[in-house]
Amino acid sequence: MMAQGAAPVLKHTAQDGAAEAIHVENLHKKFGELHVLKGVSLSARDGEVIAIIGGSGSGKSTLLRCINCLENPTSGIIRVNGEEIKLRADSHGHTVPADRRQIERIRSKLGMVFQNFNLWSHMTLIENVIEVPVHVLGVKREVAIAEAEKLLARVGLAEKRDVYPAYLSGGQQQRAAIARALAINPRVMLFDEPTSALDPELVGEVLRVIGDLAREGRTMVLVTHEMKFAREVATHVVYLYNGLVEEEGPPEQIFGAPRSERLKQFIRNIG
Amino acid sequence: MVGLLHSIEIALGATCLGLLIGTGGAYGKLYGGPVVRDLLAVYTTVVRAVPELVLILLLYYAGTDLINQALTAIGYQRIDISGLAAGIAVLGFVQGAYSTEVIRGAILAIPQGQIEAARAYGMSPGLLLRRITLPAMLPFAIPGLANLWLIATKDTALLAVVGFYELALATRQAAGVTKAYFTFFFAAGVLYLLLSLFSNLIIGRVEAWSRRGMPSLKEAR
Repeated sequence: MMAQGAAPVLKHTAQDGAAEAIHVENLHKKFGELHVLKGVSLSARDGEVIAIIGGSGSGKSTLLRCINCLENPTSGIIRVNGEEIKLRADSHGHTVPADRRQIERIRSKLGMVFQNFNLWSHMTLIENVIEVPVHVLGVKREVAIAEAEKLLARVGLAEKRDVYPAYLSGGQQQRAAIARALAINPRVMLFDEPTSALDPELVGEVLRVIGDLAREGRTMVLVTHEMKFAREVATHVVYLYNGLVEEEGPPEQIFGAPRSERLKQFIRNIG
Repeated sequence: MVGLLHSIEIALGATCLGLLIGTGGAYGKLYGGPVVRDLLAVYTTVVRAVPELVLILLLYYAGTDLINQALTAIGYQRIDISGLAAGIAVLGFVQGAYSTEVIRGAILAIPQGQIEAARAYGMSPGLLLRRITLPAMLPFAIPGLANLWLIATKDTALLAVVGFYELALATRQAAGVTKAYFTFFFAAGVLYLLLSLFSNLIIGRVEAWSRRGMPSLKEAR
């Protein structure tokens, strides 16, 4: 299932003192009675690749989706680029973003890649890639197109620029979705189980692209089930269990010498 | 011929007004607060429950009367509301209720991930509506909206009862004067048919365009 023959990863380790791109502190999220996150903290410095692993229902996707407020956290602090997301309680007692424009500005710096690709089906690949730069960031159309062509070439889809997403394989769609995320020149890339919806033989091509980005020193937060891949590219691994960080550390420690009983069992089961 | 033109004018105007009301109504029903949702529920329920002929009579006579009463109350002269404007307003109001439901259904049919992706990239609600929601819901809405348009072209005949000079009234008058009932009503029927056929042609084009990016069902059979 792994990227076959991928070059050994030269990990780009963040220097001490590199700026903190994402800071999450004591994050709680409740869906009604269901307490999904019970006080999670997370930090990503520039150049770090954070892998979030954990069983189903452990809250790892919810954590990622709280970072750009696709889910509104119930309580806690989220800072992106040093800027704290302002939250307030609405009339029903739910926490909502206090400043829509702030959220939109922060979101436009985070390149999100979804499990189900979520490309816009009425646009060709090139239109998908230039959509946000042109209409949200105000980049000139010609400039955006030139940049988008480079990005599509980079993920191996140069010839597919005028094809609609529905005519492509899952792996191609996900690579296009990565190009769309790169087009906003994101401060941080957020990956939400990017290979979970793919056929096994298509996983490798997507992991290769993500691996390349990691080697370049892009800051990434990655929710994944691909343990071998996490071990290769991550600089820091966070194991979530039941809404709490059960154990975290460098991949060698998490996968090589896990301390917690639950993590040991989790790694055995994933095998 | 003038009658036919009037009919088309009203149908076009009413459909456009109906689409505006429908888009706003669908958005309000899906994302609005409890008060907005309740008001819209009353609007769509009442309008769709009352026969259109009754609504037209009610809105036309009561509506113009209300406007004139309001005008005199604040010290203006009574005005004569043009039949065209009244016809468009009345039929548009009725169409709006039906298109609210058509468009609401179409928006619900969009894969939610596409809307989520737009939010995740910092699109504002207006941009999201214009760039993603409207174009993405269109293929699901076209068949229903096409129905509404064809109904609108024929509903114009109902305006004859309030004395608006459109195709049906023109035909009746011409037939009454010449006593050639069959000829004139047959001719009117042919005109309605031609209008429908021509509409189908245009709608087919629009639908094919809105479905760009969706693989044809023929290939999947």
